[in-house]
Amino acid sequence: MTAASDVARFQGPGPMSVRAFRWWLVNYRRTWRGSIFSSVLNPVMFLGAMGLGLGSLVDRHGTAHLGGLSYLAFLAPGLMAASAMQTAVGESMFPVFSAVKWQQTYQAAAATPLRPGDIYRGHLLFTTMRLGMNMVIFLAVMAAFGVVRSPWMLVGVPVAVLTGLAFAAPLDAFAVTRKRDAQPFNAIFRFGMIPLFLFSGTFFPVSQLPGWIRPLAYATPLWHGVALCRSLSTGTPDLIGALGNVGYLVALAGLGLLAGHIAYRRRLYV
Amino acid sequence: MLGKVADVPDPEVLIRATGLTKRFGSLTAVDGIDFEVRAGEAFGFLGPNGAGKSSTMRMIGCVSPPSAGTLTILGFDPVADGPVIRARLGVVPQEDTLDVELTVRENLLIYGRYFGLSRAVIADRTARLLDFVQLSERADDQVEPLSGGMKRRLTIARSLINEPDILLLDEPTTGLDPQARHVVWDRLFRLKQQGVTLILTTHYMDEAEQLCDRLVVMDGGKIAAEGSPRELIDTYSTREVLELRFGPAEHNHAAEVVAGAKADRIEVLADRILLYVADGDAALARVRELGLEPLASLVRRSTLEDVFLRLTGRRLEDG
Repeated sequence: MTAASDVARFQGPGPMSVRAFRWWLVNYRRTWRGSIFSSVLNPVMFLGAMGLGLGSLVDRHGTAHLGGLSYLAFLAPGLMAASAMQTAVGESMFPVFSAVKWQQTYQAAAATPLRPGDIYRGHLLFTTMRLGMNMVIFLAVMAAFGVVRSPWMLVGVPVAVLTGLAFAAPLDAFAVTRKRDAQPFNAIFRFGMIPLFLFSGTFFPVSQLPGWIRPLAYATPLWHGVALCRSLSTGTPDLIGALGNVGYLVALAGLGLLAGHIAYRRRLYV
Repeated sequence: MLGKVADVPDPEVLIRATGLTKRFGSLTAVDGIDFEVRAGEAFGFLGPNGAGKSSTMRMIGCVSPPSAGTLTILGFDPVADGPVIRARLGVVPQEDTLDVELTVRENLLIYGRYFGLSRAVIADRTARLLDFVQLSERADDQVEPLSGGMKRRLTIARSLINEPDILLLDEPTTGLDPQARHVVWDRLFRLKQQGVTLILTTHYMDEAEQLCDRLVVMDGGKIAAEGSPRELIDTYSTREVLELRFGPAEHNHAAEVVAGAKADRIEVLADRILLYVADGDAALARVRELGLEPLASLVRRSTLEDVFLRLTGRRLEDG
């Protein structure tokens, strides 16, 4: 046996993380219909109830604070970024905990040529796919509501995916460290995700918040995603600001990726 | 970097450990053990729970970096070349890690893909492996409702999908009913006949006796003895064992008097007294001459359980 043939035996075609990604794909085959149904229903309900319903009241009082946009046109791109966050959170915490604790599918994969980093990136690939699917659907629903007013909004899809990954990468890293229970996840939902959802400029401009709390809103990753998607939807992205937003999100995703590689290795190589 | 860390002088030796140690904080789970596993043999780690068997297995499985000592597997270093080694291992973990929501066939497909095998190769092997573990009829059933024995056999089939050079089995029949255990043993025995190198941990002495060509007895992270089951019994025990059972009132008295029965060794357990002798029937006659009349007596061959008792002063199940 030579080293070269040994290497060939485990490398095979394509990156190793794709092999881990396939596990998620095979499992998703059983649930994709339901997931797509809710991916369509969610934006339809929110844009209908908040955008059209509540929006009709808002628009009557003038839309100067919304930059002259109708409330629906203001809300939709922000909601897109927020929905990327929700998708990412949903694909991160409990699925990771299940794979490492309840079903031990991570451990099964770790006994094969896959390394912890491959298993982690494989999961992130699947999250990326789900984000991509949901954001395309969201964009289509926005178009149906007549609020895609600029071709720039197509860039909103990858931007929203990036927003999601800025959440998924570090949340995977956190979830994989949990040894006993999934209790903190509920706290993250309640005290992390929901406040971000409500106060990151999705439903009203952050400028409406009390001055002292505004810096907090600007520091959250979701605000950067919301700001990006909104500026793209109006077709007048401010390049410097947009670069700052993207930089923030890339940095967060990158740090999460680093933490994830360390956390997965520590958990799977005991 | 990828590459052989050492030329294996003896091509037969697939695994070599020297001073292998695993620490978890202040706990030393594996305390400087030495062993070699040769191609084609069935090698066992026998010991109670907590002896360090599973920790050793995880180090061999390249999912647990050793704290000290050296470990060479198939000529490679498990820390640097884990993927290369794992590509040639089959692993049956202590707890089944099957995808219970998927079908039997999908489990093998997913796992085979982890090894980079093509669908065609996996389909071909799946048919043969399911036949081998007697699960062909369940191929398209979900895993969840399968019995414990069936799940175990599926885990074994899964571990063979990459046609491994070495098969690692961590407590392969723990939790199975006697009938299911015998089916698993039968399959493992066939693999051994086919020349697959088996490494297993067990705290069942009958399992070790049935399957292992050679084994090490582990206790407290150390190796207490090494040899074939026969050698270990010959070295550390007598040909026969006389088991005596007395009533609770008599037990302590009998334990003192029985010393006069000229046994090589006597073990007084909570419920029984064991006399290690060459001839059990003759020893029973001597016990009666001493004026003792046990409630029950049994003459049997020595087993690895006796070896373990001799080496550690404890019974295997005590853990």
